[in-house]
Amino acid sequence: MPPRPRRPRPLSVVGTSPPRLEGAAKVAGTARYVDDLEFPGLLLGRTIRSTVPRGELLGWSMGRRPRGLHVVSAADIPGRNAIALLEPDQPCLVRREIRHAAEPVLLLAHEDRDALASVAVELRERPRKAQLDVRASRSFCKEILIEKGNLSRGFARADRIVEGEYTTGHQEQLYVETQGVIAVPEKDGVTIYGSLQCPYYVQKALVELLSLPPERVRIIQVETGGGFGGKEEYPSMIAGHAALLALKSGRPVKLVYDRSEDMLATTKRHPSIVRHKTGVRRDGSLTAMQIDVLLDAGAYVTLSPVVLSRGVLHAAGPYRCEDVQILGRAAMTNTPPNGAFRGFGAPQTQFAVEVHMERIAEALGIDPLELRRRNALRPGDTTATGQRLGADCSALPCLESAVRRSRFVARRRAIEKHNAKARVSGGPLRGIGLALFFHGSGFTGAGEVKLASRAALELTPTGARILVASTEIGQGTRTILSQIVAEELGWPLSRIEVADPDTREVPDSGPTVASRTCMIVGEILRRCAQSLKRALGRMTPRQYLAKNGPLVVTEQYDRPKSMHWDDVHYRGDAYGAYGYGCDVIELEIDPVTAEVRPAEVTAVQDIGRAIHPVLAAGQIEGGTAQGIAFALAEEVVMRDGRMANAQLTNYAVPTPLDTPPMQVEILEFPYGHGPFGAKGVGEMPIDGPSPAVVNALRHAGLDIRDIPAVPERIAGLVDSMRGAAT
Amino acid sequence: MRKILLRLRVNGAHHEVAVRPSATVLDVVRDTLHLTGTKRGCDMGTCGCCTVLVDGRARLGCLTLAAEVEGCEVRTIESLREGEQLHPLQSAFAECGAAQCGFCTPGFLMTCSALLSRTPTPTPEQVKDAISGNLCRCTGYTKMYEAIDRAAAQMRTEPAREPELSSREAVSGGSR
Amino acid sequence: MTTWTSPAISSMRLERPRSLAHALDLLEADRGLTPMAGCTDLYVGIHFGSLKQRRFLDLQPLASLRKIQKRPDGTLVLGALVTYSQCLDSPLVARALPMLASAAKEIGGVQIRNRGTLGGNLGNASPAGDTLPVFLAADATVVLASARGVRRVPISQFFLGYRKTARRHNELITEIEVPPIAGKQWFRKVGTRAANAISKVVAAGVRGEGITFALGAVAPVAMRAYAAECALGSALPLSEAHRALRSEITPIDDLRSTAAYRARTACALLTQFWSETR
Repeated sequence: MPPRPRRPRPLSVVGTSPPRLEGAAKVAGTARYVDDLEFPGLLLGRTIRSTVPRGELLGWSMGRRPRGLHVVSAADIPGRNAIALLEPDQPCLVRREIRHAAEPVLLLAHEDRDALASVAVELRERPRKAQLDVRASRSFCKEILIEKGNLSRGFARADRIVEGEYTTGHQEQLYVETQGVIAVPEKDGVTIYGSLQCPYYVQKALVELLSLPPERVRIIQVETGGGFGGKEEYPSMIAGHAALLALKSGRPVKLVYDRSEDMLATTKRHPSIVRHKTGVRRDGSLTAMQIDVLLDAGAYVTLSPVVLSRGVLHAAGPYRCEDVQILGRAAMTNTPPNGAFRGFGAPQTQFAVEVHMERIAEALGIDPLELRRRNALRPGDTTATGQRLGADCSALPCLESAVRRSRFVARRRAIEKHNAKARVSGGPLRGIGLALFFHGSGFTGAGEVKLASRAALELTPTGARILVASTEIGQGTRTILSQIVAEELGWPLSRIEVADPDTREVPDSGPTVASRTCMIVGEILRRCAQSLKRALGRMTPRQYLAKNGPLVVTEQYDRPKSMHWDDVHYRGDAYGAYGYGCDVIELEIDPVTAEVRPAEVTAVQDIGRAIHPVLAAGQIEGGTAQGIAFALAEEVVMRDGRMANAQLTNYAVPTPLDTPPMQVEILEFPYGHGPFGAKGVGEMPIDGPSPAVVNALRHAGLDIRDIPAVPERIAGLVDSMRGAAT
Repeated sequence: MRKILLRLRVNGAHHEVAVRPSATVLDVVRDTLHLTGTKRGCDMGTCGCCTVLVDGRARLGCLTLAAEVEGCEVRTIESLREGEQLHPLQSAFAECGAAQCGFCTPGFLMTCSALLSRTPTPTPEQVKDAISGNLCRCTGYTKMYEAIDRAAAQMRTEPAREPELSSREAVSGGSR
Repeated sequence: MTTWTSPAISSMRLERPRSLAHALDLLEADRGLTPMAGCTDLYVGIHFGSLKQRRFLDLQPLASLRKIQKRPDGTLVLGALVTYSQCLDSPLVARALPMLASAAKEIGGVQIRNRGTLGGNLGNASPAGDTLPVFLAADATVVLASARGVRRVPISQFFLGYRKTARRHNELITEIEVPPIAGKQWFRKVGTRAANAISKVVAAGVRGEGITFALGAVAPVAMRAYAAECALGSALPLSEAHRALRSEITPIDDLRSTAAYRARTACALLTQFWSETR
């Protein structure tokens, strides 16, 4: 029997869905985003970029310069010409070597938009042969090997061996607000106002670039119109550019990309090639999994090693297998660097394993649902890194609930009958597919220990003020963190305030990434609230302040004692907790156009505890829509290392008419070290839809292993299927 | 640079602005009138973030020249609420979780207000069709349908307020 | 190589005519004057610097071109500034030219429909223009006015090449005349997504006494598929009609689709047209 969710203790704020705290400003149009801010003497910035995917910059010349034009080149950089992240390989401005076709070379600033636009710049570039084929690249920025048990023993025990290769393409985050910052020169440093996820990442990068001490580089996150990972590392680049212009001109500089520049120059999801070789017994049990993961890192390292890490850690899916080998590599090519995007490697590898599971079922002639039931992780099982899973391992309950809610078995049968007729009549074909998945919350392995995030609570006369660098980018950070604190203090939500993320005001609670804000930062804050409550005793805040003066309690991340990780051998507890999910997607294929229309989605996800059920469901719905589009529509057309369809008309982000109705169910299998049991929710929803879609296409008769499965790619299969039927 | 002088009526107020001839409605409301609630998302008429009402009809600020709306009534998100009182659509968007990052929200709200002032009881198909020119990357649209339904229901039970009346009159007046 | 060339739109000039006659005078006087209607395509070109013209004639003041009328002989007369929304709201269009209403509904979101005009769609002459196959299939006539008079050009002779039309620099498209249509009308758009999309293939057809079938985005111009029509009309097997169609279209690979997909989908649309108008 699968474990049942624990009965929650009665809560008064957590588990309710009040309007998001900044919601009124957002609907009133008074919320201020970067491009809405005004500063006296503001200049506008512009970036001149390389045009060849690989080569050398020999020089540049400029036509007529309008009066008041400011120009910055690599020679103007006071500190190290690099964007500090994992590796210092990516220059802030090209010196000589060009590694992709949208590299920043020069920066211009002027107070008049038209004057700025009128400046003509000619770059002299010597092109060299670019590497645009990831399979041919021999330059790897990271390799990871995970080994569990003994692979040859596992294959020896198998009745069948099933192999397959699965690929995914680039995907653009497409936050609706493009990248933008304003840099304001200060007496002894610089202040950045930006649309960004991680204020302290930007600070770290600018400290090195500008050769300034951290206290002179102040980063303030303003209202941010979406991120999805795209504003994790790139803001360090654009903030560096604006800061250089501001320091050189002595005036505030605004740099806001237009949509095309944003799509051309900023990071995308890593394309992937994943190969599976799996040993199975006749009854469907997995005996060996050999998985090879190749990610296209693009031109610079950025976050690729950690994307690869999360990718390989999820590559075996939520399945039990004793003999596993996973080899992951991230290879360099000459396209703009790929980077963080919701899911961070896991959507790619779980696409592969879930589509492969369908092929295994087919090879064995057993029901794909039964195959998953047999192999799904249960409490007490171990993952590929040997992590033993606790009572909150909910893969099976998610599976069963999604199957029940979607009437998967009955629908599958009904669809098969329908298709038998449709194949003769030439009418639309249908398919229903399922995907089971999991997602680790927080940084991998020892990552959280290294981050050592801090959060603080300040006592106010009426309540408490949250001090964290965790940013609100639409997902509900302000609201859910306030709910956690209010619940712990036993206060109404209205007594909690949230400070703006400003590096001068708030401690470094780590980046707003990796589904860590609620589970990790929320738990640190809950402990702050506990300490605050202890300090207050029976006093009201006002009484306390009158008697003792100001009070700020700060807490730091505390590793669960049982958690161990060996980063050299990739063994141990990769994540504090995993969320689990199961998606069922039903779709229709129009044989006339080979277009696929998703018709209905059921998404069941265990997130430990829904702090705010409406916001949590919103994360699931939004992530699911992005995941479906990843599978069916969003194709980045690369030509000579440059995104050729960098326009919203030609890059098919889903509209309301492309997005199917969704039925969402949240399960709560609490995690002991998350606030009130919460695990992460932000990323997991994007792991399941793409394999569920492709499995549904398989059910309809199409053998697809590469996404996006755009009509151009699948029309041949649709036609040959019809040809066979008639 | 050559500029032209325009007399515009925005949110019920008259403005005289000197702008370059190519200035769009979006340029003027944001840069000249400092009404920054209307957002710039793509500058090519695809995202719907810059939707404003011109004589009660949803129009894209980025594809409409300011010079063309002389003599028209332009309404932006700033005029949707009355004082501190949010429009039913605004309250419903906030309460239902229909706004996440909020950047596309003003555009959706203006599109929806045009819809509901012409079609007080839209069918689900009419709602989908009406918002199909607006893009949202956060929500998957599900919560928006809920919010629009809720607002429509509320507006049907409450007497219509002034701004809606005036925009309806403008429409029935048949200009443009 | 120069990068990030500027749109330099500051030099743009806009003429606002007081009347149609005034507009025609202005066009007569200035060869470089480009008429602008709904601007849904034109303004994108200006923003992105792909449009070289700098002097524009704003047609919005010409209210007389916004009418939808039916003449006693049954001819539907559509003003050049009629918007897609107007087409959708018009009972005349719904009755006489339902395939135009279908096209108008799929042309873009509400905002684009409120803005884009029929004359603009024709004058812009994008091979992917959604209403072009409709007018081709309807055997419409384009009415062109200049200060010297009016001339009528059959739509089949209107599109001369990629974004090139029979309109002379001193002429304005004022109306589109659609003769009464007997027979079933059919329209289908295949876009890059379900809404707010640009066509990868678009088709319209009429099946009655005669057969007309027109396509967009499969050649440098929107086109009538005469050979395919002929094959269908001679009751040849569909495979022959497909062969004929493939011989007359010249689709290309571009950002939105591939030549192969466009060709196979054009054939599939022909089949669907034929079976649904039976």
